Amino acid sequence: MDFGSINPVLLLASVMVSATPILFAAIGELVVERSGVLNLGVEGMMVTGAVVGFAVAVNTGAPLPGFAAAALASAVLSLTFGVLTQVFLSNQVATGLGLTLVGLGLSALIGKPYEGMKSPTLPRIDLGPLTDLPVVGRLVFGHDIMVYVALALVAGVWAFLRYTRAGLILRAAGENHDAAHALGYKVIRIRLAAIFFGGACAGLGGAYLSLVRVPQWTEGMTAGAGWIALAIVVFASWRPWWVLVGAYLFGGVTVLQLNLQAAGAQVPVALLSASPYLVTILVLVVISARGHHGAPGSLGRPFHASQ
Amino acid sequence: MADALLRLTGLTKAYPGVVANDDVSFDIGEGEIHALLGENGAGKSTLVKMIYGLVTPDSGAMQLRGKTFAPSEPSEARRAGVAMVFQHFSLFDALSVAENVALGMEAPPPTRDLARRIREVSEEYGLPLDPFRTVGTLSAGERQRVEIVRCLLQEPQLLIMDEPTSVLTPQEVEILFATLRQLKDEGRSILYISHKLDEIRALCDTATILRQGQKVDTCTPSEQTARALAEMMVGSSFEMPEGRAHSTGDVLLEVTGLSLAAPGAFGTPLRDVSLSVRRGEVLGVGGVAGNGQDELLAALSGERLAPAGTIAFAGRDISRAGPMARRDAGLLCAPEERLGHAAAPDMSLTENAVLTGARREGLVSRGLIDWSAARGFAQKVIDAFDVRTPGTGTAARALSGGNLQKFVIGREILQRPDLLVVNQPTWGVDAAAAAAIRQALLDLAAEGAAILVISQDLDELMQVADRFAALNEGRLSPARPVSELSLEKIGLMMGGAHDMEAAHHA
Repeated sequence: MDFGSINPVLLLASVMVSATPILFAAIGELVVERSGVLNLGVEGMMVTGAVVGFAVAVNTGAPLPGFAAAALASAVLSLTFGVLTQVFLSNQVATGLGLTLVGLGLSALIGKPYEGMKSPTLPRIDLGPLTDLPVVGRLVFGHDIMVYVALALVAGVWAFLRYTRAGLILRAAGENHDAAHALGYKVIRIRLAAIFFGGACAGLGGAYLSLVRVPQWTEGMTAGAGWIALAIVVFASWRPWWVLVGAYLFGGVTVLQLNLQAAGAQVPVALLSASPYLVTILVLVVISARGHHGAPGSLGRPFHASQ
Repeated sequence: MADALLRLTGLTKAYPGVVANDDVSFDIGEGEIHALLGENGAGKSTLVKMIYGLVTPDSGAMQLRGKTFAPSEPSEARRAGVAMVFQHFSLFDALSVAENVALGMEAPPPTRDLARRIREVSEEYGLPLDPFRTVGTLSAGERQRVEIVRCLLQEPQLLIMDEPTSVLTPQEVEILFATLRQLKDEGRSILYISHKLDEIRALCDTATILRQGQKVDTCTPSEQTARALAEMMVGSSFEMPEGRAHSTGDVLLEVTGLSLAAPGAFGTPLRDVSLSVRRGEVLGVGGVAGNGQDELLAALSGERLAPAGTIAFAGRDISRAGPMARRDAGLLCAPEERLGHAAAPDMSLTENAVLTGARREGLVSRGLIDWSAARGFAQKVIDAFDVRTPGTGTAARALSGGNLQKFVIGREILQRPDLLVVNQPTWGVDAAAAAAIRQALLDLAAEGAAILVISQDLDELMQVADRFAALNEGRLSPARPVSELSLEKIGLMMGGAHDMEAAHHA
């Protein structure tokens, strides 16, 4: 075993890359859940984003249109969930699971012709002397643009929820939808908008997987990232900056175990591969044991504007 | 009272199967406190929702100061100068006072200015509030202040108050009334919804009485007796419950030094609660909602286990026994909240009867339910307690509040409890059904059972209880005989006016 082969700077840099897809999906889901909706279809929306982003990027020859198309496709897909649960009052858990299955199936269908192809990928930004700084340069100034977009999104969501009136109204709808309705706020409209945003974020996360992280298309390539994103929202107690911590923690364990595998650690490979998921479960158990964890009051409850 | 501020003409609103308001017309004058009286389901809520723009009338019209007033949403009503304090569900537990206030305003100023204005207005009307406290940590009285301050910040012409005193101590009610009179002196009008007749007689200038969606009468409440108003509300006279002379026996339930952590973020911990109930005695536990009532019931029923040695029943320590064991021993409970806690809403009455009666009534043999016996038991409850329902197969949800409550209480009484614990036995129940339920409890006590009634309705406790104790922030006061108590003393036992002060505004 040779731990010396693990370069800490490169390790941290790759943690940021490996955490980005989950970070996108989780920050979107956080907004959805803060509005009071539990959308379990993150996995399905991510994988749809991954395949649509890949297909568009391959056909246009540029990654950015791929990201845009991925966000749009997943957002539209999430709206089916939105309409079913908010307008037709279908069960959120069952519909969310259905959305995941639909997403997995649809993406396999769309992705068939693209298997084995290579996509254009995002270049790392180069800020010249800044990027050439030791350690800091690679960590802070040497990523592709979407890494920064994800971080900006976290900051944006945090500021939106904390400082804007629209954010306050969104939190109010998630906290007590009857009260929000009684005060005259359009709960269903607010939630549909949140679901749309969450879908777009999940799509970006999926496209980041297929365009940057891997970068190619294989069926079911999200491999549970959507579920991890859901778990991270709980881990974060529905707070944006903690989503960042959770995503980096999970990304960190993922990268670390890959490095350990490469370094030839004397631990069964299957166990190492499973370790990020085990850590996630462990953290969730610890959080639950702490008792109160700040879930929005109306999370997952169906809302009907009855008299 | 000079001109009409708000004139309602022929307001009608029908829902599938029920006419909530049928051709209702009346005027609310400038600077008038106008009471809207009626039983549950008489159409009071629908009427005020129309005024507040939450519901659109099928027909009829409203005029505000002579101009047509037809708000299509609450923000329109708010802009026109109508504000509303809700009975429940209009506050957000996890948000701060300032955020809650901002949500109810059309164009709230930045947080810092808003906090200052909240302080100013709350000082002016004697309703002190910290703008940055989380609402979930406030007492019921303080929560109501949040709602009132939220309305006052908008300088309303008409303030609608839906059952504002149901969660207040008598002292807090006094302060609320002082605030309302001050508002009236400023020329604002108040539409005051309640079914508490004494309050209405003390406070209101005019009263409009609704029964089954129709206006029965408009009168001056101070010229009517409470009894006459009650009969106008109900539409007939009814028997008031009467206690029978009975003697009390041995101590059956003894709770000593019971402390229990709060069950959730916004629950209340029980702090060193001690009480005892004798056979043949009714112990009343009063207090403002959210002071540990639900937690006390859960500790007694066995839903939450208590520390060993704190609860003794018939001389045996049952602190660590589960609900089944306690039921077997003769300690039965009828929790509050019919739809969800005391009964399963979508299950039939028969199934609900099995849920608590299975063991004591022998409705289960070798793990299988004896459905004919279960139906028989459900039918017995229905017959004995005059539950109006098509049959035992009806879903609990389909019954009216009063009928389901009679069923829930009757189901326990017919299982011959040695001790019956009830929480809010007549909450949201019409006056006739409430009288029947109270009579049933008194009869049960007369037969030698011990009864513990937890209730927020002080009149009810005065009627049925022999001794009274008050819960305040999870602490239980020592019990005192009801005959020695006045309303004022009870208010003090309930914690008085929780740091409120009378308005000090000229």
